[in-house]
Amino acid sequence: MDNNKPLLETVEPEYISEMTARREPIEKAKLMTGAMATTIVSFGALAGAAYGQNNKLPGKIVDVLNFALTLEYLEDEFYRTALGSSGLIPRDTQDVFGQISKHEVAHVALLRSVLGSKAVAKPNFDFTAGGAFADVFRNYQTFLAVSQAFEDTGVRAYKGQAGNLMKNDKILTTALQIHSVEARHAAMVRRLRGETPWIVGDSRGTLPAPTQAVYNGEGNTSQGGADVAGLPGMNAKIASQAFDEPLTKEQVLAIAGLFIRK
Amino acid sequence: MTNNFRSDDAEPLVDENSSLQSRRSFIKLSSAAALTAFAFGALNPGSLRANDALLGLPVEPLQKAVDLGKGDFGVLNYAYALEQLEAAFYSQVMSTPYSGMTSAERAILTDIRDNEIAHREFFKVALGKKAIPALQVNFTTIDFNSRDSVLNTARTFEDTGISAYNGAGQLLKKGAFLLIAGKIVSVEGRHAAAIRDLLQPNSAYFSGDDVTDPATGLDKARLPAEVLPLVAPYIRTPVTANKLPKPKA
Repeated sequence: MDNNKPLLETVEPEYISEMTARREPIEKAKLMTGAMATTIVSFGALAGAAYGQNNKLPGKIVDVLNFALTLEYLEDEFYRTALGSSGLIPRDTQDVFGQISKHEVAHVALLRSVLGSKAVAKPNFDFTAGGAFADVFRNYQTFLAVSQAFEDTGVRAYKGQAGNLMKNDKILTTALQIHSVEARHAAMVRRLRGETPWIVGDSRGTLPAPTQAVYNGEGNTSQGGADVAGLPGMNAKIASQAFDEPLTKEQVLAIAGLFIRK
Repeated sequence: MTNNFRSDDAEPLVDENSSLQSRRSFIKLSSAAALTAFAFGALNPGSLRANDALLGLPVEPLQKAVDLGKGDFGVLNYAYALEQLEAAFYSQVMSTPYSGMTSAERAILTDIRDNEIAHREFFKVALGKKAIPALQVNFTTIDFNSRDSVLNTARTFEDTGISAYNGAGQLLKKGAFLLIAGKIVSVEGRHAAAIRDLLQPNSAYFSGDDVTDPATGLDKARLPAEVLPLVAPYIRTPVTANKLPKPKA
């Protein structure tokens, strides 16, 4: 799969229509419906209208999107490499990882299309994290462990940035739509590892110690000033697992940085 | 089966002291009550209570319409309404487990029930005086003894909830509220994946092409006006949402 493939070659016309029609004036929606069969260039123009011009995106939003793109590059290359590693993923979970990989490819394409010329380049990754996960593409259990760490980190990363996207409703909504998909991925991979689909306390479960930073802070049981653990029928376990917690950009980059060649 | 669910440990979904409850005692199983219930049934096509009334079964008086309100608190009440629905559903699921529920399924469904109660109770205290009352639900179309019926209803509720939170984020003005909504929606995403994996294990279904657009990798985002008709059949209390914020054009 070509990472540089423009989003709009992969996007279904119905999707553009639905996304744009909801927000754009009716005239534009009508125009689009008629333009479905036309060129990619015109889809590009419509997507630009939907997200705001790339070169006019505020720097803060560009920064967030490039941060997200870096994480998506990481996940995308990770799963494509794994799926291409003969004998790594058992036949009975090939469909699971094929689906995850398909989504990460799409997320990279989507973010690149929104960023246009402002998109950061893909870093060089080291999925062994300097040897800590030396057999990541030879040992299914190691692969699963890294996968879970990436997905749980991704959920926390998007959550932590939502507030920085509030000035652009279209981009905020898109980020939220990615965020919940990462949560689905995380839950599924956790199930494959025999973990609960949700994070209990700040436990990394059976993941190795270097992943603890992925879970620090997840044990929070207080929300918006309310002590959820103290509400009727509640306790600390439920109060922590019922709410996922964000990570700051710095916290996420400290985790992801382990997998990026300097 | 009563429609006035309560969790094992939480407060009743309908305030015992409300005027509704006192009115209830005055409603006899008379033809008048049956007619009244029939009228409610006519107004609320998802309700089968009219049939109950005609059969002479007790019918709980219908709550008066509940308005979600405006601004951020309106959006949070919208979320609270959805969490009430989910919490009531899973509470019933675990009160009357379907036959053949495995221990693994029981563990998942118990955790989800607890998580939804946590969300409901959080919104209740967070909204305080602005909170809508406890809603009456209508689960007459759900066969709680059927694994298929329960898990597919759970799937629908979770996927709908995800799309609702995804679409509502843009309606919130306060970043702190957006963050809390984000903390909840990813847990709903985890629920959805787990339920879907129970339905079609080890397949692409946990984030299937029916909910996650295969071309963009995006889950659905729905506005309240799209979500409320989807859940209306399960909420007996009439809910109005005319004052909720609208997305910016």
